[in-house]
Amino acid sequence: MDIFVDNLPAYWSGFRVTLLLTLYSGAASLVVGAVLAAFRVAPLRPLRIFATTYVEVFRNTPLTLVFFGMVLVAPQFGIIPPLGFWTAVLCLTLYTSAFVSEALRSGINSVGVGQAEAARAIGLTFGQSLTLVILPQAVRTVIPPLINVIIALAKNTSVAAGFATVELLASGRRLTQAYPGEGMLIFAGVAAFYLLFTIPAGLLATSIEKKVAFAR
Amino acid sequence: MSSVLYDAPGPVARRRELWGSVIGTLVILGALFLAARYAAGRGVFQADRWDVLWDPPKGQSAGAVWRSILVNGLGATLRAAAIAAPLALVLGLLLAVWRRAANAVVRAPAIAVVELFRGLPVLVVMFFGWVGFGMKPMQAVIFGLVLYNMAIIAEILRAGLAALPRGQAEASLAIGMTRWQTLRTVELPQAVRTMTPSLVAQLVVLLKDSSLGFIIGYPELLRAIQNNTQYFGQKYSVALFAVGALVYLAINISLSRLAVRLQRRGSKRTAGAIDGQRAAAELPAGAVVLDPAAGRDRMGP
Repeated sequence: MDIFVDNLPAYWSGFRVTLLLTLYSGAASLVVGAVLAAFRVAPLRPLRIFATTYVEVFRNTPLTLVFFGMVLVAPQFGIIPPLGFWTAVLCLTLYTSAFVSEALRSGINSVGVGQAEAARAIGLTFGQSLTLVILPQAVRTVIPPLINVIIALAKNTSVAAGFATVELLASGRRLTQAYPGEGMLIFAGVAAFYLLFTIPAGLLATSIEKKVAFAR
Repeated sequence: MSSVLYDAPGPVARRRELWGSVIGTLVILGALFLAARYAAGRGVFQADRWDVLWDPPKGQSAGAVWRSILVNGLGATLRAAAIAAPLALVLGLLLAVWRRAANAVVRAPAIAVVELFRGLPVLVVMFFGWVGFGMKPMQAVIFGLVLYNMAIIAEILRAGLAALPRGQAEASLAIGMTRWQTLRTVELPQAVRTMTPSLVAQLVVLLKDSSLGFIIGYPELLRAIQNNTQYFGQKYSVALFAVGALVYLAINISLSRLAVRLQRRGSKRTAGAIDGQRAAAELPAGAVVLDPAAGRDRMGP
């Protein structure tokens, strides 16, 4: 237990990096994912094909492979990403935006067809029916899945530990090198910090889900 | 869905759409062309960057390269997945059943286990096994995959059980079956069947997660790619990376397609059944039920 208390600053600085990674890549993924989702319901076919391909590719690629490509292969193209934090943000954003787009799209799809038909029937245009009728309803259903995507993102930041970013897991790894033989205890501390974020966020998602389930 | 959002296009709109499509295609193709020309300028497409795939240097045979990637690398990836998946399935089933216990105190440990492992990154669990318990990399990979996925599978099955119409359990209890008989012969078979697409989709996540073994030194596909790159030189990294990425995409996209197909078949089969009517009564017509496991649990690394 002493190890844990003595090294609280190390844990804390790692946890801070994990949170920052989650914050930056979460914000960027929400923007990119929203654009992709808009592309996927747009009337223009090339946009749909582009967005669908992007989502399909990144959903079926391991995040480790994205990191691997960015860190070890991109330099062959003359792109030398800064090692560490910002590369991790870029990789996490590329990967997570595909899932954000999927969550948003299923939210749009979950609004009853009747709603869209009614909006069209009273003469609203594509833009109007999307912004006035579909999206306000979709946003409510979409919040719990989005929170879940952010939780997954927070957990996925741990992959950055394997690629020169000293976040929570890598801090723990460093501690195990300083205190060999205490791996269990040290990683229990790491786990506790992850749960500190994921469990409350999961509870939040569940409670919102219960509320919006009867909203429609 | 999207077609409801706008009118069936008339001649003018069709022409406009055609132009938009042409311009959009040109923009995308143009961007791809510029990227390709830039890459070609860096010599990425020159044959001497790719010949590792058919005529590798250093006196090695192409067969040896492919064997190290597809047999040793991919083999290790699939082996870890093939051991972890059935274990996770059995343990997940056990947890799901355990969570149905009548007594809240008996239920609590199952809930705690599920919430604990759902909330942890797979990589942290692997480090637990690797550094904490001193396991070999392969054992640690399987350890992480099993513990994480059993929690997710338990959640999927729970969602499947919760989605069953109450009448199913009520009817079987009414004809004198015990709770256990009801669960085993009436509820679980239906829950497993409705959730098969989600379970298959979870396999994709499991397979993707096995690539985390790269970080803890398990010689799987990515590690095989990296070893080859280090042996033959950095200039081959694009070719070798392309092979690795295509292998992952081919396997995972086929599995994802299978999941979608199973889902379509399942929804067709239950269209006229009791649960179909129930769903129709509670949801607005045409609404698509949100997949409870979408997002968080589908998005392994």
